[in-house]
Amino acid sequence: MLGYAMKLLTQPTRFAFWLLLGALLLLPFVTDALLGRGWVRIADFAMLYIMLALGLNIVVGLAGLLDLGYIAFFAVGAYCYALTGSPHLALAFPSLFPGGVHLPFWIVLPLAALVAGGFGVLLGAPTLRLRGDYLAIVTLGFGEIIRIFLNNLNAPFNLTNGPQGISRIDPIKVADVSLNASQEIFGITLPSVHLYFYLFLAFTALVIFVSQRLEKSRIGRAWMAIREDEIAASAMGINTRNLKLLAFAMGAMFGGVSGTLFAGFQGFVSPESFSLMESIMVLCMVVLGGMGNIAGVILGGVLLALLPEVLRHSVVPLQQALFGKTIVDPESLRMLLFGGALIAMMLYRPAGLWPSRVRRRELDTDEAAETV
Amino acid sequence: MEIFLQQIINGLVQGSVYALVALGYTMVYGILGLINFAHGEVVMVGAMLALSALTAMLGWGAPPLLALPISLILAMLGCMVLGYGIERIAYRPLRHAPRLAPLITAIGVSIVLQNLAMMIWGRQYHAFPQLVANQPHLIGGAIINDIQIIIFILALAIMAGLIVVVHRTRLGRAMRAVAENQHAAQLMGVDINRVISITFMLGSALAAIAGVMVSANYGLAHYYMGFLLGLKAFTAAVLGGIGNLRGAMLGGLLLGLIESLGAGYIGDMTGGFLGSHYQDVFAFFVLIAVLVFRPSGLLGERIAERA
Repeated sequence: MLGYAMKLLTQPTRFAFWLLLGALLLLPFVTDALLGRGWVRIADFAMLYIMLALGLNIVVGLAGLLDLGYIAFFAVGAYCYALTGSPHLALAFPSLFPGGVHLPFWIVLPLAALVAGGFGVLLGAPTLRLRGDYLAIVTLGFGEIIRIFLNNLNAPFNLTNGPQGISRIDPIKVADVSLNASQEIFGITLPSVHLYFYLFLAFTALVIFVSQRLEKSRIGRAWMAIREDEIAASAMGINTRNLKLLAFAMGAMFGGVSGTLFAGFQGFVSPESFSLMESIMVLCMVVLGGMGNIAGVILGGVLLALLPEVLRHSVVPLQQALFGKTIVDPESLRMLLFGGALIAMMLYRPAGLWPSRVRRRELDTDEAAETV
Repeated sequence: MEIFLQQIINGLVQGSVYALVALGYTMVYGILGLINFAHGEVVMVGAMLALSALTAMLGWGAPPLLALPISLILAMLGCMVLGYGIERIAYRPLRHAPRLAPLITAIGVSIVLQNLAMMIWGRQYHAFPQLVANQPHLIGGAIINDIQIIIFILALAIMAGLIVVVHRTRLGRAMRAVAENQHAAQLMGVDINRVISITFMLGSALAAIAGVMVSANYGLAHYYMGFLLGLKAFTAAVLGGIGNLRGAMLGGLLLGLIESLGAGYIGDMTGGFLGSHYQDVFAFFVLIAVLVFRPSGLLGERIAERA
């Protein structure tokens, strides 16, 4: 894959690519030294969010289907691994699974992607005929349904362990090396968060690569055509039904993959990680960065994943210094900023901070239409 | 049988609140073709404003029966200003933008309102003072109390009033004209911006009333109470046929009944597999089912494909 990817790059970009790769490989060490290990963990989470945002970008950015329940697929992926990679099933159903399931991560990963994709089709099938705003509400409802079921399926039989969630999920192993303990390679000690950083980096790169190829492919162009004008697209012979389903399924698979990684990384999942606000946060990343533009979405993901941490480290001390107490907690300030950012972006920069060229043409309302 | 009757009563009372909120969704949708996502939060703000006004006035020693209508009116005025502001800031500049844009700002407004409310009123549940002597009455073994009776009758009266406004007054004619065709209405001398603003303010005033009703009924108010209520009211509007006033009323009452009967009997129907804590799921299933099988709703005549 790397070789193929290299062929796509021109000489100067190839140089920039190696530079970027080197910087990213050094990043955990630099962060660790300058800011502390907690920030490496934050970087890990940022990459999970980037993967999610790229997945949602397929649905919202490319195909133009506003999905407000996207986090449900993340939840499906996470619970797939949580159920098959923890002692929970053994405790809940001792007669069925005496020793627990404990499937290896690398077997669960594709399965979880498929299951999440299946859920994507399940959601997409009844909603295909709906227009944008109805679709938004139905997907929102779907996300809530999944969360309510996760929250309540601890009775009559204990499938999800309810609000307590599932803990003691097996760590991810790469070639029999558990990523949950520090490893020593070539005399360099790599703590667990660094190992996960490299794993997630690899996955993020893969997701970016797939997104990019998808966008340039026949399918991606068909999605964009549907986004611009569905009737015209279907008149051009595009099978809009199948392609919209495919967009849902692909987006859901990305979500499922990052959910699985999340479960292995965190070792614990509970329904509260999959609230509507998380869906909206991922949507914010896509909108803020620039719908339909991969680089923009990555930018949005990085910004919004770092924002809460920056706020936590700045707002609280600032208020302490000014007023002697914390008046506005960083969590609600973060949500306030998200909401404000959504409004401001749509009003002043509807195509995002780093817009895709096509999308900008489309969202620049009247002037664009008149110049054409 | 008593249980059945009780569920019917609860459903009708809850449903009349849904109907009031659904009217706000349906009026805005009818005119702008836009789902005002932030409408549920307006309900919440209405409840909170009324609660604050009420607490303050009772603190000054005002008689409860005077304080309640005054705080209700204050809440309505506050929500009307809010509704006007939301339309002015978040929707008007985007009236000709692609559909996705106002929808996203609507979500933004909703988040902002929710978090502002949380900063102002805190995360805790607020007890709504009980001002009316809440006498329970027995009807065929089921209990209905005074507040529930007031809610139901008041809601019906307001809906009747709204129908009169929309179908019998000059303003109502202007609203229907804008809903039919904005450009033509403008050419006929209708100030569409004014009509749209008034529509938002009307819907917001209804939302404030609904907010006060909900919190008086449950005795609680909370910064998060608007979100789910808004979703359910939207479902009600879709169920009845969005854009249609009578549909919103019918949909609200029906959804209230479905929910309360469903929550009451789901345990028996599924042999104990699903319990009443799945109550909130019903609205979503109803929504999906309506959109799939009858997207125009029960009373909806048209669902124009406005791209």
